[in-house]
Amino acid sequence: MAFLELKGVEKYYGPVHAIKGIDLSIEKGEFVVFVGPSGCGKSTLLRMIAGLEPINGGSLWLDGREITKLASSKRDLAMVFQSYALYPHMTVADNMSFALRLANVDKGIIREKVQRAAEILNLAKYLERTPKELSGGQRQRVAIGRAIVRAPKCFLFDEPLSNLDAALRGQTRVEITKLHRELGATTIYVTHDQVEAMTMADRVVVLRDGAIEQVGTPLALYDKPANTFVAQFIGQPQMNVIDTAKLPNAFGAGATTDGFIGVRPEHVFVKPAGESGLSGKVEVVESLGLDTIIYTQVGEVQMVSRQNKRTALRPGDAVALDIAPTAIHRFDRQGRALAA
Amino acid sequence: MNHLSLIVRTIVAWLVTLTIVFPLIWLFLTAFKTELQAIAVPPELIFTPTLENFHEVQARSDYLLYARNSLITSVLSTVIGLALAAPAAYSMAFFRTKKTKDLLMWMLSTKMMPAVGALVPVYVIAQTAGMLDSLTGLTIVFTLSNLPIMVWMLYSGFKEIPPDILEAARMDGAGVWGEFVHVIRPLATGTLASTGLLCLVLSWNEAFWALNLSSANAGTLATLIASYSSPEGLFWAKLSCASLMAIAPIIVLGWFSQKQLVQGLTFGAVK
Repeated sequence: MAFLELKGVEKYYGPVHAIKGIDLSIEKGEFVVFVGPSGCGKSTLLRMIAGLEPINGGSLWLDGREITKLASSKRDLAMVFQSYALYPHMTVADNMSFALRLANVDKGIIREKVQRAAEILNLAKYLERTPKELSGGQRQRVAIGRAIVRAPKCFLFDEPLSNLDAALRGQTRVEITKLHRELGATTIYVTHDQVEAMTMADRVVVLRDGAIEQVGTPLALYDKPANTFVAQFIGQPQMNVIDTAKLPNAFGAGATTDGFIGVRPEHVFVKPAGESGLSGKVEVVESLGLDTIIYTQVGEVQMVSRQNKRTALRPGDAVALDIAPTAIHRFDRQGRALAA
Repeated sequence: MNHLSLIVRTIVAWLVTLTIVFPLIWLFLTAFKTELQAIAVPPELIFTPTLENFHEVQARSDYLLYARNSLITSVLSTVIGLALAAPAAYSMAFFRTKKTKDLLMWMLSTKMMPAVGALVPVYVIAQTAGMLDSLTGLTIVFTLSNLPIMVWMLYSGFKEIPPDILEAARMDGAGVWGEFVHVIRPLATGTLASTGLLCLVLSWNEAFWALNLSSANAGTLATLIASYSSPEGLFWAKLSCASLMAIAPIIVLGWFSQKQLVQGLTFGAVK
């Protein structure tokens, strides 16, 4: 059995089937990211693993022991909350040492562990401050420190970066990744941001409506999405997914299957009008410095392309779009990926 | 214009305050008068104060006994009330269901019924249980009378605590008692204090049940004051003196804790 195992885990809110039979195996030391749109159940699932929400069906196993009905305080898991949930009436040092003090650990050991965690997180000079005297980023590090000090079996992160500004988010993402590498602890990380999922995870679990859509390494999900949902959720800008009914003659051979065609923006090449390819008209040009994103209207459909060079094209210009045939993903009418 | 309206408002405020406080001031003065001075017309504002009333009140009716009874019933009903109300408020604040608001409304609505409506049943129960004229009986009645308000006030205070802090405590290994001791109590100290104070004041001032359910043994200061309204007529000076001795402790307490009391009461009103 894996280190953390979910077997047919279910949750009901009254008649609503919020979590639908989740099976998942997480190995020791893995960094697993739960990702999905709002309301997909990723936070609920995390809270069920933490013990903050009851599990209505199925079972949960940690390190060979069933913990389905065990109280949160006894699961040996540490959670970093989205709002940090620091104890406002305690100093940083007391916040970080709280769990150890509850467990009656020797004071000297507590001081040592808190000091070490504070040094890793650059909090050493803030130990005597209270949360309201800290910035958002510092508070978040205290929340992480509180978890590290306990050396739990598994870390649970609930959208920890969503309250930070963009610059700090990018920085903290890197810090968390480095921390994971240093500590080697099993981690489950919940986010709605697919960039975090792609950059931080050993494996990504894509969730929708309480069920798993696909589990795999970030690049496996990118290169071989199991369905149109995953295909469009992972990757920025979104993959172009076109109904074959709307562009039946596009994309050459094998396009007669009824369903959808998918192609990533970086595999759509914008050529001058008249050259071979789909003819269309440029709608919007977004220049990001290194990348340029071009939105082109082709018949009834809008295609997005991405290139890493500048362009002189302007809205209204006629162009031809060329697609590399090897880059085409095919999906059936239900959105499931067809074998290449 | 603003300066003028400020002066007007200040004068009005002082007038209202003096109107409210005047009876107390007069009570205070009368307590130090002789009976003749007390009924003098026109009323005497300047007089030689005397302490004879205080001696009489203590001699005639054991003031200290009644004061002790008031103290015991107030303090006990407050402590027991807090012990019962806090878990109730905790459950309502952090484990809310669809019926929680209805339940709170219903609890509070019982306070709106005139106590006299429940007099006969409560008297009969107390009599059958052998609790007439006993401190136990009074304490139970005081506790139950104040419980709805205490639950409401504590509920309002506890709701202010972000629930994820409690979840964090749970993840850190705290059981329910641990949550209460390490998180709720420090964060809700103001609410707990003001709720306790309010209950103390309400129990101390409680007259209806004290008069009906107690007499010589368990009588509180409220019964002491009532005993001065005798068929022989009202002895204003002694009555004032007894009243002053009855309310003095609670006024002092209230004076020092007024900030807490106001905070606790307005908290409940805003929510």
